[in-house]
Amino acid sequence: MLRNQDVLAGVLFLLIGIGAVAVARDYEMGTAMRMGPAYFPTVLGRILYAFGAFLLLRGIARGGVVAVTWGWKPLAFVTLSMLAFGFLITRFGLVPALVAMFFLAAAGGREFRFREVLVLAAVMAALAVGVFVHVLKLPFQLVAGL
Amino acid sequence: MDLLANLAYGFGVALSVQNLAYCFVGVALGTLIGVLPGISPLVAIGMLFPLTFTLPPVASLIMLAGIYYGAQYGGAITSILLNIPGETASAVTCLDGYPMARQGRAGPALAIAALASFFAGCVATLIIALAGPPLGEWALKFGPADYFSLMLMALVASAVLTHGDLVKGLAMVVLGLLLGLVGTDVNSGVVRYSFEVLELTDGIGFTVIAVGLFAVAEIVSNLERKEPHEVFTGRITHLMPTRKDLADSLWPTVRGTAVGAFLGLLPGTGPALPTFATYMVEKKIARDPSRFGAGAIEGVAAPEAANNAAAQTAFIPTLTLGIPGTAVMTLMVGAMVMQGITPGPQVMTARPDLFWGIVASMWIGNLLLVVLNLPLVGIWVRLLRVPYRWLFPAIVMFCCIGNYSVSNNPVDVYLCAGVGVLGYVLIKLGCEPAPLVLGYVLGPLMEEYLRRAMLLARGDATVFFTRPISLAFMVATAVILAVLIVPALRRRSVTGR
Repeated sequence: MLRNQDVLAGVLFLLIGIGAVAVARDYEMGTAMRMGPAYFPTVLGRILYAFGAFLLLRGIARGGVVAVTWGWKPLAFVTLSMLAFGFLITRFGLVPALVAMFFLAAAGGREFRFREVLVLAAVMAALAVGVFVHVLKLPFQLVAGL
Repeated sequence: MDLLANLAYGFGVALSVQNLAYCFVGVALGTLIGVLPGISPLVAIGMLFPLTFTLPPVASLIMLAGIYYGAQYGGAITSILLNIPGETASAVTCLDGYPMARQGRAGPALAIAALASFFAGCVATLIIALAGPPLGEWALKFGPADYFSLMLMALVASAVLTHGDLVKGLAMVVLGLLLGLVGTDVNSGVVRYSFEVLELTDGIGFTVIAVGLFAVAEIVSNLERKEPHEVFTGRITHLMPTRKDLADSLWPTVRGTAVGAFLGLLPGTGPALPTFATYMVEKKIARDPSRFGAGAIEGVAAPEAANNAAAQTAFIPTLTLGIPGTAVMTLMVGAMVMQGITPGPQVMTARPDLFWGIVASMWIGNLLLVVLNLPLVGIWVRLLRVPYRWLFPAIVMFCCIGNYSVSNNPVDVYLCAGVGVLGYVLIKLGCEPAPLVLGYVLGPLMEEYLRRAMLLARGDATVFFTRPISLAFMVATAVILAVLIVPALRRRSVTGR
């Protein structure tokens, strides 16, 4: 059941829909003529959980037909590389952030060759500095403190 | 002649040194990125999108449009040489383009693809120039109820026509609408769904959504798959198609242009439908259908023409009504909004430089594609050998810098990573991301029109069915749904499931 696309998608939409309606209860509903900030999101949330419930039931009725395989490793490393970039750029500057990002992202790939990644990071960081800092004049600090 | 005067004005705008340069850069970059294996036009636009922020509105949209055509042509190159479609639309080009390449006719296949695209681009540019103004004028008569129904139609169409499950598509639309509502409500000033995160007060940034769904999620799904092994090793000896090739391609190109231009107009058709439809037409009317799939040049010319014609006429609803029909067009609308332009029929009168400049630049962009690609094809071929393990970290870099540069705030990068995870999970669960983005872009507008329509009608919801324009859109929406649901039901009753 946990490997069934419809069941999982149904649960996801159901939860988001219920969450949207629940959060909207803090806002003013208004009337159909004068809609408050809660009106449209509440309607949408209800539609979403209805779709979610439909998918869930359909998935259960059809049985566990569609298996899902997850690529946890690339997902984790790519996400981590972006988080590292955001965390490092404000503290240490663009270049260290990019180096960390390249190594983390490349670690999520099929093959990881240290030297290749080093060259790639160096070339792309130089390109990024050239394009974003020199041509587009974005206010990035290359290395904090320098 | 109004048309000539308008076009002349447009060319005046597009041919300024600055805009011409951006058009050129866009087309070149688009081809460069589009030709890299595993990068679809959508990803290419998503990652290059931030490069255009700092430009003035006209230049930025011209450059984005250039990236789009370039990336599409790049997709044709990979289809012909590698048998890897960059996106669903160019899957059809593989069918005959790749066999041509294996027969040593890669050069003519590439040349015909470029020439057919150029022809289609010229015709489509004219169609936009002709159809745009009357359509825009008609749209000025739309009331809030009409707009609401039009958006409903576009959203339902996008859910129906993206291949995949209808219910999931519709759920993605609703989820997108909800995501679009995050942030401050313009009417009441209430901040919705911000969860106390200061950065969400202004809503989720468009780049966050677009890059997260179309680049980050895409990279992760690509990394799971095996890298393509077969790499084109042959050399391209001659480029010029023979006289017979040209004669064989002429009518398929014309037909492809017609089919593509028509289908591109409809909202939500997506890029795959026009190419598949024309390929079927060509195969049906061919004297010897068995040649198709074995390197028939018509099988390259017609879909490429259709692809480009549809790509361009898709600009018509986007520019005149402000309703994007395809995922790429939602990116264009997002770019307009970021530049402070509200998309809609008023654009044509309020910003004629924008409208006519873009129209003229489309033609110039198509010309540049031919000029750029035929001589440079050798370089593009070499790029095909870049392995994906070098490419994807570079794409991640563009995603990070792009999001960070919007407001120099790392929170946008974090959000983008989060949207990437969500997008990946949704793709895995069989939910196409395109309807979500359309919903996200239209969400706030749709709420606004709904409010206004209901206020004007004093809370009477029948207004959507009593105004003739709105009723027409509602009927069209019902027809679109019926076309999909009825055959599915019939099939089920036949098979007894």
